[in-house]
Amino acid sequence: MSRIDRRFAALKAASRTGLIPFVTAGDPSPEHMVTLMHALVEGGADLIELGVPFSDPMADGLVIQHASERAIAKGVGIGEVLGWVAAFRQRDAETPIVLMGYLNPVEIHGYARFAQEAVQAGVDGVLLVDCPLEEAAVLQPLRDAGLQQILLAAPTTAPVRMERLCEAAEGFLYYVSFAGITGAGQLSTQDIAARVAGVRASAKVPVAVGFGIRDAQSAKEIAGFADAVVIGSALVARLAGASQPDDIAGRAKDFLQPIRAALDAH
Amino acid sequence: MPTIDDFHAWPDELGRFGNYGGSYVAETLMAPLAELTEAYLRLRKDPEFIAELDRDLKYYVGRPSPIYHAERLSQHVGGARILLKREDLNHTGAHKINNTVGQALVAKRMGKPRIIAETGAGQHGVASATVAARLGLKCVVYMGAVDIERQKMNVYRMKLLGAEVVPVTSGSKTLKDALNEAMRDWVTNVADTFYMIGTVAGPHPYPLMVRDFNAIVGREARAQMLQDYGRLPDALTACVGGGSNAIGLFHEFLNDRDVRIVGAEAAGDGIETGHHAASLAAGRPGVLHGNRTYVLCDDNGQITETHSVSAGLDYPGVGPEHAFLKDAGRAEYVGVTDDEALQAFHLLARTEGILAALESSHAVAQAIKLAREYPKDGLVLCNLSGRGDKDVHTIAAREGVEV
Repeated sequence: MSRIDRRFAALKAASRTGLIPFVTAGDPSPEHMVTLMHALVEGGADLIELGVPFSDPMADGLVIQHASERAIAKGVGIGEVLGWVAAFRQRDAETPIVLMGYLNPVEIHGYARFAQEAVQAGVDGVLLVDCPLEEAAVLQPLRDAGLQQILLAAPTTAPVRMERLCEAAEGFLYYVSFAGITGAGQLSTQDIAARVAGVRASAKVPVAVGFGIRDAQSAKEIAGFADAVVIGSALVARLAGASQPDDIAGRAKDFLQPIRAALDAH
Repeated sequence: MPTIDDFHAWPDELGRFGNYGGSYVAETLMAPLAELTEAYLRLRKDPEFIAELDRDLKYYVGRPSPIYHAERLSQHVGGARILLKREDLNHTGAHKINNTVGQALVAKRMGKPRIIAETGAGQHGVASATVAARLGLKCVVYMGAVDIERQKMNVYRMKLLGAEVVPVTSGSKTLKDALNEAMRDWVTNVADTFYMIGTVAGPHPYPLMVRDFNAIVGREARAQMLQDYGRLPDALTACVGGGSNAIGLFHEFLNDRDVRIVGAEAAGDGIETGHHAASLAAGRPGVLHGNRTYVLCDDNGQITETHSVSAGLDYPGVGPEHAFLKDAGRAEYVGVTDDEALQAFHLLARTEGILAALESSHAVAQAIKLAREYPKDGLVLCNLSGRGDKDVHTIAAREGVEV
């Protein structure tokens, strides 16, 4: 059983909703990235999504675009990201880590090389936004090495296709709550609830809901019908500009703790 | 899978040209792309659609465009005869209208009331705003802030045509970022919006659809060559940014193996300086904007900023069909520098009385080089893809002239 599968099994056993924070690797500070990752866990994270910065993040809103630009300007690439994961693993062997990003950095790094190095560093899964199921054959070396491929499902996904996604999903299925980019939009919880219920009924894996969740209130609304919630842009915005390790860790924990409490009170 | 012997058979049903192309987009866009693919594959065989498109191309765009023998230019160069396919004479002044007229008809048939487009030089933006005005569709054009500055006249033209021009300030603030922003708009407004991509890049079916709509250039040219010169040209050339005018000219000739095909990429200050936009000549296979193709990027996979005097060639990727033709050895792709393009611009102006777009001036420069390789009875056909009025200010500024 993979680290991701174990974590979701434990959440289910405890009747808890998972909390998955997303941060852009290298932002706000490459030096204190590992400190930030531990702070996320202390703040209540069940799984960490680490964004690998890319110059052309087509699915992201301004907050994550700017975080990516800042990280790239500081020279952050896959090598650095994997280094932080390996350093994090020295103190935390249990919290699953999913790398989220776009295909080109992985393609240029080399699929086989990436797979081997990522597993060695302690990465558990990848979510490559611009690699839909149809193109996923290129990721075979990653699967062979034991990295789980996290797939996206969206409100626009047609029923037949949704069945295929549910069938192919590994780790968890990431349900995009609305048609749009990260950090945008207002949630219509009722609509999402109905759609997610359908997905959960046919998916073999847990369903996490992301996009548009920004605080304890919105997280709590989603918690009623999802196995986990993903929070990205609002957290990245909160961290932006911090430079000292205490400040970075403090902001992360202050942001996550009320959300954790709201999820657990549910 | 289609064979390499028949270049007209590509792409395959997944939108792949050999190892290139495909649909590398977020899940939310898979449904609208499937809807578009289904609609377009039906329409491209629909006699009514084809007849409507032919009428628009004839009466609205002003096709066919002539092939003009540039005699004084040819004499000056002293080699083969240089022939110009005059896409600059189309309505709106460039080949871009061939594609937007076609996509507008697709949008209309699909019942989409809102059109979005990205633009670099502004030619595709103008062509999109033009067809949107004609069909009464709302039009939003994304344009990099840097490009807005260097193509002010086209920005104003778009506004006169009723389009909203949205400046893009992320990344390098040029064409690639405008494309990202248009994709973000599309993913947010998929229900009522038609994304009119201006080049043969993007996810399937765009490289196929945009190529089909521009292939009229090569179909006309091949017939005109046979009629006026009794044979096919020795060589073809066109400028390649995303590559729509080039694939438009090349496609009909791909199975004529005796016709040499040369694409002219923007070498900017020179490929060796790193300030260029020559994705095929100096890039490597990667994934950008929904397709696998040659891209300019660093060892971390970050797309690098490009440089060209011409905004329309300032793009770090290229259409996947070109990547395929390069690897198959069917077409050559070479760099033309800013200085060479400007020299060609002036030479064409002085010898033929034609102001070419800076993009097209790269093709003219390459045609001049090719003409020198062939005897006097040789034939070099160059796609003069657009007219240069939009570039007058850029050229004046570069040469220290106040207009």
